[in-house]
Amino acid sequence: MSGGRSAEGPVWSLHVGVVAGLLLLNFVLPDYHHGVFARILVLAVFAMGYNLLFGYVGLLSLGHAMFFAAGLYGAGLPMVHLGWGVPAAFSTGIVCGLVLALAVGLLALRTSGVAFMIVTMMFAQALALAVLYFGQWTRGDEGLVIAQAQRSLDLGPWRLDFTDPATRYLTALALFAIVLSATLAIVRSRFGRVLVAIRENEERTRMLGYDTFRNKLSAVVISGTICAAAGATYAILFGYVGSSFAGIQYSILPLLWVLLGGSATTLGPLIGTLLMYYLVDGSNDVLKAWLPDWRFSHLGVVGLALILLVLFFPRGLLGTLRQRWAGWLP
Amino acid sequence: MTALLTTHGLAKHYGGLRAVDGVDFALRAGEIRAVIGPNGAGKTTFVSLVCGRIAPSAGTIRFDGQDITALPAHQRVRLGIGYTFQITSVFANLSAFDNVALSVQRRIADRGGIAGLRTGVMDALSRTGLADRAGTIAGSLSYGHQRLLEVAMGIALEPRLLILDEPTQGLSDGEIDGFLALIRDIARQATVLLIEHNMQVVMALADRITVLNAGRTLAEGTPDEIRADAAVQQAYLGAPAP
Amino acid sequence: MAFGPHLLLAALEGLVTSAVLALMALGLSLVFGVMRVVNVAHGEFYMLGAVIAWWVASLVTGHPALGFLAALVISPLIVGAIALCAERLVLRRLDYDPEATIVATIGLLYLLQQAALTLYGPEARPVPAPFSYRVLLPWFGYSGYKLSVIASSAVLLLATWFVLTRTRIGLVMRATQYDRETAQAFGIAVDRVYAGVFALGAMLAAIAAVLIVPISQAHYLMGLDPLLLSFIVVIIGGLGSLRGTLVAALLIGLSDGIVSMFFSPTLAKIIATLVVAMVLVFRPQGLFGTAAR
Repeated sequence: MSGGRSAEGPVWSLHVGVVAGLLLLNFVLPDYHHGVFARILVLAVFAMGYNLLFGYVGLLSLGHAMFFAAGLYGAGLPMVHLGWGVPAAFSTGIVCGLVLALAVGLLALRTSGVAFMIVTMMFAQALALAVLYFGQWTRGDEGLVIAQAQRSLDLGPWRLDFTDPATRYLTALALFAIVLSATLAIVRSRFGRVLVAIRENEERTRMLGYDTFRNKLSAVVISGTICAAAGATYAILFGYVGSSFAGIQYSILPLLWVLLGGSATTLGPLIGTLLMYYLVDGSNDVLKAWLPDWRFSHLGVVGLALILLVLFFPRGLLGTLRQRWAGWLP
Repeated sequence: MTALLTTHGLAKHYGGLRAVDGVDFALRAGEIRAVIGPNGAGKTTFVSLVCGRIAPSAGTIRFDGQDITALPAHQRVRLGIGYTFQITSVFANLSAFDNVALSVQRRIADRGGIAGLRTGVMDALSRTGLADRAGTIAGSLSYGHQRLLEVAMGIALEPRLLILDEPTQGLSDGEIDGFLALIRDIARQATVLLIEHNMQVVMALADRITVLNAGRTLAEGTPDEIRADAAVQQAYLGAPAP
Repeated sequence: MAFGPHLLLAALEGLVTSAVLALMALGLSLVFGVMRVVNVAHGEFYMLGAVIAWWVASLVTGHPALGFLAALVISPLIVGAIALCAERLVLRRLDYDPEATIVATIGLLYLLQQAALTLYGPEARPVPAPFSYRVLLPWFGYSGYKLSVIASSAVLLLATWFVLTRTRIGLVMRATQYDRETAQAFGIAVDRVYAGVFALGAMLAAIAAVLIVPISQAHYLMGLDPLLLSFIVVIIGGLGSLRGTLVAALLIGLSDGIVSMFFSPTLAKIIATLVVAMVLVFRPQGLFGTAAR
């Protein structure tokens, strides 16, 4: 986004390198971590969708779980109840997220700052309650399991079986790579420049002739759709659709991942998701080993991490790196 | 005489305070007009109404024959009303290039093109003497350079009317001289509406001057007429002219 | 039971909810009004108030009233002290930036909740009511303690109102709320006002919790629903408006009691949540506030 395009080279090699490295990991990771990474890649897509709005436009939503859940249920419900195949279910999930994001954006963008945070939280809460209310179809907390046979795709002579670990990993990676390139393209485009301008000074942007409302609405819709794509993919790859994904906790987690990895950086969401997952995982093991009687769930770690990040490390890992050493980092 | 901009009975009330109180105003295409007046006369409110940052309580605004009273600010900008802020509000965390690029890409998109971003930006930066600062983060430019960048963003829109709100505020005498030349240069292509406190700048630049006082037009005329106007002297000096 | 008495019972239950909700929402509203901080951890101060009340009451032997009274004094003090620490260690260092403080108080929410789970456990435990007198109405008997909760809450609310409008402390708080810089220029220690207000807000939540804990039990997750309800109250009443907060608490408490007798509570919650979101979108000054300009 700087004046010169001199950083073209390193930017592309970095991103291609990250994707290639993740591809390589498919063949070397031990079983447990292989499964964890597939999950992290999907959740990182969720975080990237969140980052587009929070990082680049400066809109802090506390309700992004609703978009993930829209994708999750939009894809999962028709598969379970109507027996739909993967392509139709995946598209439905994405369309659900898109429509929801458009509706929420039209309403919530009439507010700003703290009110925007609370309004998004309220909408997400309403959706989470609706999932419980329609328990006869969603089975609430318990959730739905999508039959293994349904989670596959026939492509002419090939058959993609999403219950197979390698297929699952590579599908997650494909989604990740697509969304990463899309994010990179957006933030380096003229549209991306306008989004950052809105974050920096909305009034000034308006006085340069930009309809800031429409630009923000586009950002909400793109962000919500990416999160819905993550949700739909999650349902298809892991075959589980449960109400916990609609809860407030899954609105807070992408915020935490993005803060940790570095907001307004393209790779921050991946790094934040990865680190937080292993931090929570590791701290659970350590606590269990040292203090077997303690009942301290991962939420405590999440809480502590949020406070420490906001206090001492508001730019996150890549944000700090960019500020100190690598100004070219997108 | 065809007027580029006219206002009719334009008013803005805040509760009981009449910040702008029924201003009739006409601006001829191609002139440099200065708006002066004591503090609190309603100058900034008046130009904010013209560019659409705030909505009027009463009155109409016409630009190039079209009623723009109800038009949102961003559409007025696209019609050709550019505005530079009184308090420097460049995008402090973006480079000077990106600041101006935001103006240029808007103009290019409006004319249906995509090419010429870089030339457009560098052209505006050169005219304001900032070409060698393109890659500098705007927030780390000196105050004077930030004011210039603000103007560069304004001219990069290639407006038909450029509104400058106290552009020389806080500049040194040397910087002001450069500014005068720049504004004369701008005025060859655009109509300029200027709010200014520095009377030397006003007298050197303006074709005509409008004096506002307590939200109303007190006087209007050439610099010489205004200099000789008794009511203006009273408003400024608080004493009747001898 | 006939419809009339049924409605009366629902209204009484609603009044108890309103009474507790008003205290809690008042705390949230004060903190937002004076400090412009949205305290998402407010529900956890309420939860701590109840859990500490149980702990204090379990230490005191003898008549249940002794344990309850001890809890009523000690629990808010401890919660206030915890809030004070959080204010000094976290909020002040963030310079009360609205967005950063929300993120930080979300962190605080999880931290306090999990600390309670660790130290107190997942069980729900009751505190015995200080007395078990039943008021006999012509149609049914009603808990005298519940009526006393309504009365105590009313007294506390009056006292808070008196402090805010009739004393120097209240004047200082209102001055700070109106204009932080000017208050500072007039020699008000804004810093201390903020600390005091944050602690006071938490203590109001803790008192509400001690009052409710003989009726419903202490549990480490009990803070979430009241948090949502007090958000609703504060938003409907108009952010930072005390009178609006009280009216809205009464409205929400009563309608919550009455509505949940006739509708599914989940559906009622969905509708309430959506209504509140719409109020924020279309009438950000609240239903009872007046527009800023």
